[in-house]
Amino acid sequence: MLVSNLEFLPDRTIDSHLGLVQGSSVRSKHVGRDMMAGLRNIFGGELKGYTELLQDSRKEAMERMLKQAESIGADAVLNIRFSTSSITAGAAEIYVYGSAVKLAPKTGAPSS
Amino acid sequence: MIEIGIFLILLVCGYLFGSLAEKRHYRSIIKREAELNSLPAIASRYPATDKCYQQHLVYGGVVVASDYFKSFLAGLVNFFGGAVVSYESLIDRARREAMLRMKAEAKAKQAELIFNVKFETMTIGSGRLASVEVLAYGTALVPQIPSDPPVITPQYARILALNPSQA
Repeated sequence: MLVSNLEFLPDRTIDSHLGLVQGSSVRSKHVGRDMMAGLRNIFGGELKGYTELLQDSRKEAMERMLKQAESIGADAVLNIRFSTSSITAGAAEIYVYGSAVKLAPKTGAPSS
Repeated sequence: MIEIGIFLILLVCGYLFGSLAEKRHYRSIIKREAELNSLPAIASRYPATDKCYQQHLVYGGVVVASDYFKSFLAGLVNFFGGAVVSYESLIDRARREAMLRMKAEAKAKQAELIFNVKFETMTIGSGRLASVEVLAYGTALVPQIPSDPPVITPQYARILALNPSQA
C-alpha cells in the first residue's frame, strides 16, 4: 500500500477515487506518567512519555486507516492529513485521513 | 507566608532549570540543523520530476513542556496584553525539533528531498500545566537505484501544466 501526503504521484496514473478512508485512536498514559508530566511543567523540557504515547497512537490510527483502505481494494492512500485533539487532560485523539485511490498499472520504464 | 515561599522556590527552580533546558535544547537543535541542512524540506505540493523517485510518508513529533517561570510570565503578559515571548521560544523549539525528527527519518531512508511539509500543533493541558505537541510530516523522495529515466504520466503532466509556477 502506497501512503503519501501528495495529491498526485508523478509516475502513476490515478484510475479511480474510492473516497475517504480514516482511522482514529484515543490513548492515555497511566497516572504515574501524568504526574511526571506535571513535574516537568515546573522545570521545562521534553515530555518523552507523551511523545511516545502520541507516536504509538499515530501508528495505530494509521494501521486502522490502512485496514479500511485494504478492505475497499485501494492501491494507495493519497493526501494524508493528521489531526490531533486533546479530549481531557492526559488523553489525546489522533485522527488520520486520506483519499483512497486505485492506480492504473505501471507503464513506461520498468522499475523495482 | 509558606505559600509565598513555595511559589518563589518554584519560580526560581522553573527559571534556572527551564532556561538551562532551553539553552541545551537550542544548542542541540542548531547542531543537528547544520547536519541535516543538505536535506531540503519544501512546502510545495508537487514533487520534483527530474529523477525516478520512491515516495515515503515521514513524520516527526515532539511534546515540549513549559516551565513554571514561563507559565507565570505568560500569565502576567496575558493580564497586560502584548507578545507572549516566553511561549514563542517554546513553540519555536517544538517546531524545529519536530522538523529535525522528520528529517532524521527521511535521512535514514536515504531521501534527497521532502515535499509537501505540513505542521500540526496541539496544546496539551492548560494554564500552569501547558505543554505543546508539534507534528511535522511530509513526503520523502528517495532516488531509485539504478536510476531509470523519470516517468511522468500524462495525468501528472496535465496537473503541472495547470500549476506552471510549481513545475
